[in-house]
Amino acid sequence: MSSFVALIAGLLFGLGLTVSGMINPAKVLGFLDVAGDWDPSLAFVMAAAIPVAAVGFAIARRHSAPLCAQAFSSPTATHVDWRLAVGVVLFGVGWGLAGYCPGPALASLFLGNPRVMVFVAAMLAGMAAFRFLAPRLFSASRDEKTTSTLSR
Amino acid sequence: MENFTPYSAIAGGLLIGLSAAVLWVANGRIAGISGIVGGLMSGAGGERLWRLAFLAGLLVAPVVYMVIEGEPSVTSNAGTATLILAGLLVGFGTRLGGGCTSGHGVCGIARLSPRSITATILFMAAAAVTVFVTRHVVGG
Repeated sequence: MSSFVALIAGLLFGLGLTVSGMINPAKVLGFLDVAGDWDPSLAFVMAAAIPVAAVGFAIARRHSAPLCAQAFSSPTATHVDWRLAVGVVLFGVGWGLAGYCPGPALASLFLGNPRVMVFVAAMLAGMAAFRFLAPRLFSASRDEKTTSTLSR
Repeated sequence: MENFTPYSAIAGGLLIGLSAAVLWVANGRIAGISGIVGGLMSGAGGERLWRLAFLAGLLVAPVVYMVIEGEPSVTSNAGTATLILAGLLVGFGTRLGGGCTSGHGVCGIARLSPRSITATILFMAAAAVTVFVTRHVVGG
């Protein structure tokens, strides 16, 4: 059941990326080009998505567990540290270079554009490189900081 | 501003927000794409199926759109070297920084996470500076 829900959520997400224009690197770069012929459209994507997601999080707060799973899997890290700062700046530079962030790049894979396949292959290599380097860069295996049961 | 498309952007944003809400309320999982993909690599067995199902939906959705509405506009002029460098930075950076546009930018801000709000400001700024440099300083 939870996998069926995830499939539906993935479909909604992919449709959202496509309908909004997020899937188009030229449009993304036009949004990021504040000093040029700025296209602010994509600000409306976040402006619309955040309140809807916030309603979901608010509804969930009234429940002790998700509808189709055992527990909420909430990010455990709470403070801003250098890993976060360095990581998201590297991500931002990469996003600005090609106009692809992970969601739109993956969503474009079946549209038959060879450029996006090169990007996704490099992105997966970058993720694998992190997976390989993380235990060497950080003493304990802290690279999996994503999930643990949330006590709210 | 001739490419300004606020209505389709809002419609798409509503769908993305709905996806994030559904995945959290039903499954208790964050709709963060880099986290979903990265989690597949770390091999948490029981977490694998829903991640694959989400990604299947993500990849099929634009094809469904294409069948109904026609091919979406997807334009990229990036050369191969740029694409490889950009991909490596996005892959490594999102894992180090614990999220991307979806996990930090949508879900994290919706949760009012100070980490994600900081992250979103930083990656937006870094991306805008990168575009400024490549378009107006180097590429001018």
